[in-house]
Amino acid sequence: MSTVKKLAKKTNGLSAMIIPLIALGLLIIFNLIRDPGFFSVETKLNNSGDMVLAGNLISIINGASELAILAMGMTLVTAACGGQDISVGAAAAIAGSVFVRIIRGASVVTGGTVVLAFLACCVVAMIFGAFNGTLVSVFKIQPMIATLILYTCGRSIAYWINGGATPTISSPITGAIGSFIPGLPIPTPVIIVAVMFILFSLAFRFTTLGLYTQTVGINQSAARLNGINTTLIKLLSFIILGICVSVAGCIGVCRLQLINHETLLLDIEMDTILAVAIGGNSLGGGKFKIGGSIIGAYVIQMLTITLYAMKVASTDVKAYKAIVIVILVVIGSPVVKRWFAKVMANIRTSRQQRAAVKEGA
Amino acid sequence: MPNETVLTMRGICKQFPGVRALNNVDFTLRKGEIHALMGENGAGKSTLIKVLTGVYGKDAGIIRIDGVEGEAHIHSPQDAQNAGIATVYQEITLCPNLTVAENMYIGRGEGLLVNRKEYEKKAGQILESLSIPARPKQQLASCSLAVQQMVAIARAVDMQCKVLILDEPTSSLDDKEVQMLFSLMRDLKSRGVGIIFVTHFLEQVYEVSDRITVLRNGELVGEYVVEDLPQVQLVAKMMGKELDELNSMSEFERKDTGSEEVTYEAEDLSSEASRPFNFRIRKGEVNGFTGLLGSGRSESVRAIFGADRVNSGRITVKGKRVRITKPYEAMKNGIGYLPEDRKRDGIVADLSVRDNIILALQVMKGFFRPLSKGDMEKFADEYIKALNIKTASKDTPIASLSGGNQQKVILARWLLTHPDYLILDEPTRGIDVGTKLEIQKLVLKLAEDNVSVTFISSEIEEMLRTCSRLIVMRDRNIVGELSGDDLNQAKVMKTIAGGEAS
Repeated sequence: MSTVKKLAKKTNGLSAMIIPLIALGLLIIFNLIRDPGFFSVETKLNNSGDMVLAGNLISIINGASELAILAMGMTLVTAACGGQDISVGAAAAIAGSVFVRIIRGASVVTGGTVVLAFLACCVVAMIFGAFNGTLVSVFKIQPMIATLILYTCGRSIAYWINGGATPTISSPITGAIGSFIPGLPIPTPVIIVAVMFILFSLAFRFTTLGLYTQTVGINQSAARLNGINTTLIKLLSFIILGICVSVAGCIGVCRLQLINHETLLLDIEMDTILAVAIGGNSLGGGKFKIGGSIIGAYVIQMLTITLYAMKVASTDVKAYKAIVIVILVVIGSPVVKRWFAKVMANIRTSRQQRAAVKEGA
Repeated sequence: MPNETVLTMRGICKQFPGVRALNNVDFTLRKGEIHALMGENGAGKSTLIKVLTGVYGKDAGIIRIDGVEGEAHIHSPQDAQNAGIATVYQEITLCPNLTVAENMYIGRGEGLLVNRKEYEKKAGQILESLSIPARPKQQLASCSLAVQQMVAIARAVDMQCKVLILDEPTSSLDDKEVQMLFSLMRDLKSRGVGIIFVTHFLEQVYEVSDRITVLRNGELVGEYVVEDLPQVQLVAKMMGKELDELNSMSEFERKDTGSEEVTYEAEDLSSEASRPFNFRIRKGEVNGFTGLLGSGRSESVRAIFGADRVNSGRITVKGKRVRITKPYEAMKNGIGYLPEDRKRDGIVADLSVRDNIILALQVMKGFFRPLSKGDMEKFADEYIKALNIKTASKDTPIASLSGGNQQKVILARWLLTHPDYLILDEPTRGIDVGTKLEIQKLVLKLAEDNVSVTFISSEIEEMLRTCSRLIVMRDRNIVGELSGDDLNQAKVMKTIAGGEAS
């Protein structure tokens, strides 16, 4: 009995993540049927002569890194404020530009220069996050409107920072961040996602960030009357998203070894919000699961890669993506969930009745 | 009284996962009668009403409605409305950002075109005939809670309903407004409307009802004519036990356990919502703030806790000058506050019972010092047991608990912080008699343990039973302070009403 209860408890906790997990599972099965070797991982020599992992699976996980990192921060903002930040792409362009500017400013690029550049762009992204957060938490502007400002002007600011079209950087260190660290077969962005996830987990473990954020998102008035500084929690969520933005921006820059302020992480804000939604999180705020959002990010990326693998023209990919997403979002909607619960309950009662009849006979 | 039935419910059953909410319940409503539906929390009143209004589907049983051939099939609130069943819920279910007239006429399904002028005119007439102090063009949010409730009733009345369900309609009304509502109910009754009246106020049941149906634990206890069922017996039937427990209340004769030591003192305290006042409470004392709705009693205690922006005041806690301008500072000084509006200010609906219990303590411990899992479980278990909170588990979201049990969770939250001074604003509103008594006992027990308590209730008797000192407010000012022999209903009423003249 107790094991049954425990199991029920576990599945209960998972139920929020059931949709993204099923979606992920279906995509994997679909790909395996289409091409049994689709997910095969091989090792190959890369340009710098290291043995590294390669294959569709690796490129999916690798390619989703920026999205996954932004989705973690976006989950927090969504939970606390009941709204989304649509300026993450533009803010990442600013962060990336700051990163490039400092690296280009150094005569010799050492590890210290890269760390310094990262810290600087982190601070800048946090300041812009605080700007958004202040508009939302202090001036009580709806998040989408508040972040529309930076969404609109962010890429112009990014242009001013370097004053050129596409300044490049060339350093083995930034190259390693964008691809592989010599000796490690796993792409560096994947490792960074893991590190970010661990950092978030530690934050939830050693602070009350999770409880406070959910409380503020569910009932702000009750949160305030229990002594929680609701303004600070909302502001904090935007600042944390700022950190995520700077990390994602730096990865994006390091991949290409240049910054194109117009195209860096273009349109990623919408995918980020989608990842949060597919992850089973309510866009209205409140309870959240960071893990769900990360899976959501991988679902989106796998969908994109699958479509490319099926030779869908890149101009058509977005349309097909939309179809799948509509299906996912409808399946995850409260209406369908309730309907599903009803069907399950009916099945259960009819089974009980049949059992009762059998017993009677 | 015409004995024609307007609504018959027979053998209604409703099962929720793990709970049998209704088991073979019968209910009969006659034309032109006011029928009180009574029972403790969890007795099945709300479920029965939700089955009747199509919010829940029933598992078994039949419903017949006068004017509908054969069995009535009610699968949605819209069906219920079409069958002539109108409901006014305890919580206002109107749209605060629409006007009064719009609220009275939305969702009537009379085509796409809206004749605003005509609606406003019709709404105006109804409001006037019911003497409800609201203008049709006024935004609903600008009306007081009581007036909003009356607009909801006005909406129902205009729907030409045969059955009107009033679910706790009086819980946020003051005495005068209750009388207005009652005259409205009697008026409707004379027009042949059958009214189902759900309330926790026993006196109100006897004042206005013709019949009483009592439910307990999802089962029908019986249907009675009001004259045949004295109030004590009604309580006994609701609680399903003899009156020992009620009688034992009298042993809890309020005694002034307060010592001379002053726990909390405020001079010239004012907030954006309250006028300056002086107040002090001694260690182990139970005092109360009383007054009509809007008299400023809630606003005053909110100022003590720093719930609204504090404008002025010199605060002394246990002899030390302190600064309390926000809830956190109040909590740090050993003050707890159970807010008046449980839903809006108290519960964190989607979070578990456990998280709701530990919330205040956790905040006091600080952002970087989360409670361990083990401690959380221990505290939750301890208080669920101590306060007899009925919940499926610690992990159940608080929203799925009954009102009384939600209130106990909020109480547990503050008891867990071991406050020196606990402010309870309407802790017994909208909860059943049994839990009310438990809470009153708890207050007296706290006082014995040297906790100072401010207890606010709309039911003066309840305050007379528990408080050794009553502060009377009128028009946002303190107009009197009663203690000792002055603590009787007549004196309190007089002071509230103002003037010793009458």
